Amino acid sequence: MLKVKGLTKIFGGLRAVDNASLEVAAGQIVSLIGPNGAGKTTLFASIAGFHKINEGQVELLGKNIVGLEVHEIARLGMVRTFQITQPFAKLSVLENIAVGAYQQFASRDQAHAHARLIAEKVGMAGMLDQPASELTVAGRKRLELARALATGPKLLLLDEVMAGLNPQEIIEIIALIRSIRDSGVTILLIEHVMHAVMSLSEYIYVLSYGKIIAEGKPEEVVNNREVIEAYLGRGAADQMTGQAPGVEHA
Amino acid sequence: MIFNRLPWTLHLLLLVVAIIFPFTSDSAFVINFGVLALFYAFIGQSWNIAGGFAGQLSFGHVAFFGVGAYASTIVQMRFGFNPWWGLPVSALAGAAAGWFISVLSFRAGLKGSYFALITLAFAEVFRIISNSIEITGGGLGMLIPMKQTAANFQFGDRRAFYFIILALTVISIAIALWLKASRFGARLAAIRENEDSARALGINVFSEKIKIMAISGAIAGVGGCFFSQYFLYIDPTIVFGVDKSVEMLLVSMIGGAGTVYGPLIGAVLLALVSEVTRSMFSLQGLSLVLYGTLLVIIIAFLPNGLVELFKKKERKEAGRLTSAAPKKGEA
Repeated sequence: MLKVKGLTKIFGGLRAVDNASLEVAAGQIVSLIGPNGAGKTTLFASIAGFHKINEGQVELLGKNIVGLEVHEIARLGMVRTFQITQPFAKLSVLENIAVGAYQQFASRDQAHAHARLIAEKVGMAGMLDQPASELTVAGRKRLELARALATGPKLLLLDEVMAGLNPQEIIEIIALIRSIRDSGVTILLIEHVMHAVMSLSEYIYVLSYGKIIAEGKPEEVVNNREVIEAYLGRGAADQMTGQAPGVEHA
Repeated sequence: MIFNRLPWTLHLLLLVVAIIFPFTSDSAFVINFGVLALFYAFIGQSWNIAGGFAGQLSFGHVAFFGVGAYASTIVQMRFGFNPWWGLPVSALAGAAAGWFISVLSFRAGLKGSYFALITLAFAEVFRIISNSIEITGGGLGMLIPMKQTAANFQFGDRRAFYFIILALTVISIAIALWLKASRFGARLAAIRENEDSARALGINVFSEKIKIMAISGAIAGVGGCFFSQYFLYIDPTIVFGVDKSVEMLLVSMIGGAGTVYGPLIGAVLLALVSEVTRSMFSLQGLSLVLYGTLLVIIIAFLPNGLVELFKKKERKEAGRLTSAAPKKGEA
């Protein structure tokens, strides 16, 4: 589905993303994790065409998409959400989702019907007429997801859709993301909520200082020395890998 | 927005009132009042669909108006076309100007207040150009000779002008209604609210913005054509003057930017204020002082325009509905 090879993005003197490669197969849920400031969102934005990349290749469904405009990439089926939610504030929830749905349907009736369907799916059916500006954090996160989903994407890039949610809301959104995948949408997500990452992902990439420092299945990644070091520092890494097997998570 | 949810009978009722209006009096003053109100509603709608619907705030909308006025007058006076050709010609010229200015500005990535300033600059450039070249008659302007026949787009009875501008205003309102209900309009609203999100959802922000500027330019251009046929004289300061840009955006903002009937409401108010003050006081420009005061008051109390007066009532009702809804959900 998505193949990224040697992607490098430089801001001034900073290599925000340094020679990062990753691959997402169709039907998978893949996570990108890493400490704050590791460059995850920059990598996302670069893949989705928001930044001009300095080096590297990005292939979507076998097609080179480097240099394409953001909307062209979105129309090919890869749609991103924003970590800092960007709702169409003055529009209602329904109108927000309909903007996405209009990518699939030209008529207002069809687009609105599809938007209602999506709203129901993400649990927003009760707030269709509410202005997006009046939503709670959880509501906004759902709305980001709903809008992107309404475009009928093949691959969703979800940027921290769980940040700021309470445990109950996280449980709900995990189930939602699973059901989206089960409906045939491939998912690449950035997330800090570790138990969500562990239970959702089939494959994990770990980014630190712009570099992919580890990758693998969830259980491989949590026991990786470099990953623990990146998150907790060298001392902790020594300790934990020394006494290793009993330690559950980083 | 309340008005696009109005039943069609109310649109019809408004239209009937507008049709009857000029027959309520034989006074030239009353008919002239109606023409001016509709004229401002028409060019205000041009600003509104770009500034209110798509969020592309322009301070120089008069550029399109002036291009339309000159284009139609030039084909009539210099090339001898029948003045009715002025309508399509001015629409095309206005659209071309809208396209030209917006391609240059949006290519350069100008947004928000920078876009507003560049449009202001373009309008000034057009004014200076029209002041200095020969085909426009330079600073002397162009006088259209009086010859009152319908074939010549001139009428002894001012009611004819009233119905022409009424038809144009109806068309502009129809365009606004279409924008409210179409995919194109939904995309413009998305662009107005958040360009990054719009792009992320697959909207070609650049081309949608250019399209709406061309449509808006066409409407303003036709407004310029009507203006020259109504007053039979144009010169650079009249048709490229900043005051007309300001009036275009004021009527929309006072009435309610981004709403279908905002410009009409604002225009009726502008015409009322200017006619009443003109008949009561001899001080020139007092109407604009009053209008400015009104604007300050409206921005302080009704930031979304006079249309808000109707919406507030509606929101209260909607509030009652939504507060009842969760109870249903819990049960």
